[in-house]
Amino acid sequence: MGLDEILTASVFASAIRLATPYIFAALGETFAQRSGVLNLGVDGMMLMGAFTGFYAVHLAQQGETLSEPASLLLGVAVALVVGALMGLAMAFVSVTLKAKQGISGIGVYLFGLGLSELLFQQWVGTPKSVNGFPRIEFPLLTDLPIVGEIFFHHNLLVYVAFALVPISAYVLNSTTFGLMIRAVGQNPEAADAMGVSVARVRYATTTIGGMLAGLAGASLSIALINLFQQNLTAGQGFIAVALVYFGGWRPWTVAAGAMLFSFVNALQLQIKVIGADIPSEFAVMAPYVITIIALVFATKRHEQPTALTKPYERGE
Amino acid sequence: MKKILAIGVLFVFVAAGLVSLAQEDVFRIAALMPSATNDLAFSQSMYDALAAIQEELGEEAFEFTVQDSTYIVDDAAVALRDWAASGEFQLVIAHGSQYGPIVEELAAEFTDVSFAWGTRQDTFGMDNVYSYAAASDEGGYFNGVLAAHLTETGVVGLVGPIEVGDGKLYADGFANGVASVDEEIAVNIVFIGSFSDVPLATEAAETHLANGADILTGTAQMVVGPIAVAVANDVLWFGSDASQDELSEDIGVAFQIYKWEVLLLDMISNIKEGLLGGEYYKLTLENGGLVMEYDKDFEISDELMAIADETIAGIVSGDIVPIPDMMEEDSGE
Repeated sequence: MGLDEILTASVFASAIRLATPYIFAALGETFAQRSGVLNLGVDGMMLMGAFTGFYAVHLAQQGETLSEPASLLLGVAVALVVGALMGLAMAFVSVTLKAKQGISGIGVYLFGLGLSELLFQQWVGTPKSVNGFPRIEFPLLTDLPIVGEIFFHHNLLVYVAFALVPISAYVLNSTTFGLMIRAVGQNPEAADAMGVSVARVRYATTTIGGMLAGLAGASLSIALINLFQQNLTAGQGFIAVALVYFGGWRPWTVAAGAMLFSFVNALQLQIKVIGADIPSEFAVMAPYVITIIALVFATKRHEQPTALTKPYERGE
Repeated sequence: MKKILAIGVLFVFVAAGLVSLAQEDVFRIAALMPSATNDLAFSQSMYDALAAIQEELGEEAFEFTVQDSTYIVDDAAVALRDWAASGEFQLVIAHGSQYGPIVEELAAEFTDVSFAWGTRQDTFGMDNVYSYAAASDEGGYFNGVLAAHLTETGVVGLVGPIEVGDGKLYADGFANGVASVDEEIAVNIVFIGSFSDVPLATEAAETHLANGADILTGTAQMVVGPIAVAVANDVLWFGSDASQDELSEDIGVAFQIYKWEVLLLDMISNIKEGLLGGEYYKLTLENGGLVMEYDKDFEISDELMAIADETIAGIVSGDIVPIPDMMEEDSGE
């Protein structure tokens, strides 16, 4: 068994697909954490985005009320709105009510898990598939050997996820809004003294985080898998939170972490498919072990936002 | 007035007695499942079995209650204890091998309650515990034989959950079924390490296709992802546990259906006679606990149908042994 059998173009393409929901969710969480809000409810928001996005597409396609592209855009819009609403709810609990962020995040997660299951049972019943985002065929590029299969054979949401990486980095590092986010997360008292509304910034970032978590869920249910099942995300939201720590709260390294985790996952699938004599338990563990090891070094490299998890009270 | 009162009191007692007698005639089962009752797989097979029994015996004679999606074992312990302590159920089912330690503990505490759990061959040496399993290698072998005749690329892919129990038996049976037709056909097997990780199972199916597979199969509730991949790429799908023809559209070929009612009816009969446990059951093609069902949208040729019939007959008669060197040590989902 040679390296060329293991490191095929399809493994890299697989890693890109696997990384997509992590990138959406982790970028959103990066915004929230950089402003000082730890949102552990990402997985619940993903589930709600996955279900509502799927259900909107399912209804539109079943009733043939919209064209297929329009139904998919409707699904994305619904997932974004539902994610935003859940982000607002998280912000209300953690910013306005100043509840412990860890506890309220778990509450949001359980709410999303339970509600998505309930609605699925009541409104859909058994797993059904929809016509999701098709793979885009780029003239000439898709047919390129190796490069074409790796980069030019994905659906629209995959490209959106990767496009959001430089956009997020730009917003956080080069805009006034980004400066406010960083200031609120690093030193909310000083930001407040400069006239920045800590609460408003944290509401904004947590809502952005919710929207991207909803989109992460929709990327599964209407783009990569094209159906919904209870607990569809299988804990991906929690891995996304870990990836933010791994990436040192920086979009580029967060995305790199998502790619590393996904690449190892894709690699272990390929190794098993071609019949390498490795116990499956070790292969399954590999992505998590490598991520944990990387996390140990990453957290030493970057300081976390000073005000992370701390509710802000003027004058305290 | 006193007479009227006495007659009234008597009427109440008689009515209460009749209601009590009627209630005693009702057999009640409580069942705990790790995933949704409509998962098109393991949990749905048990739910369908309970519903089938109710249809057969009638609602006045048989009632059941279900708690599904109980993948957290601690939650399962609470539900099972409540059911056992209530005294309302003649049989408490823990449908998943992960619940075994809880069953062992509760069965020792509630000795007058009958428990059943699976899939594993272990009653813990207790008189109030039944255990059960499915010979999923039989359906796996059958599907493997058909897949070997249908593949054009000579590569078939299997997505399994964890390398134990039903999933492992099915995979081994499937691989042997393929090999019985043509040893040159590659059977690529991936156990993803989870019963519920649909995204990873989906990507495993994509990996199979990237490596040349033109037929996919798999077990457990996460196979909805691979089925979606099969539909999207127009490759054939073979299923297990429950019928998946609704989701697999026109690419489904055959499904191994678990008919748990075969063993549950026997347990009910035993419990009514006072035998609360101590027996191990196994679903097989021979006892009717396993049934092979063809997808209604798949047109199977006469030649292939004859091969399929021969294969089932061979397994039932014992001429075909799906896993020749298998030990009787099933463990399962």
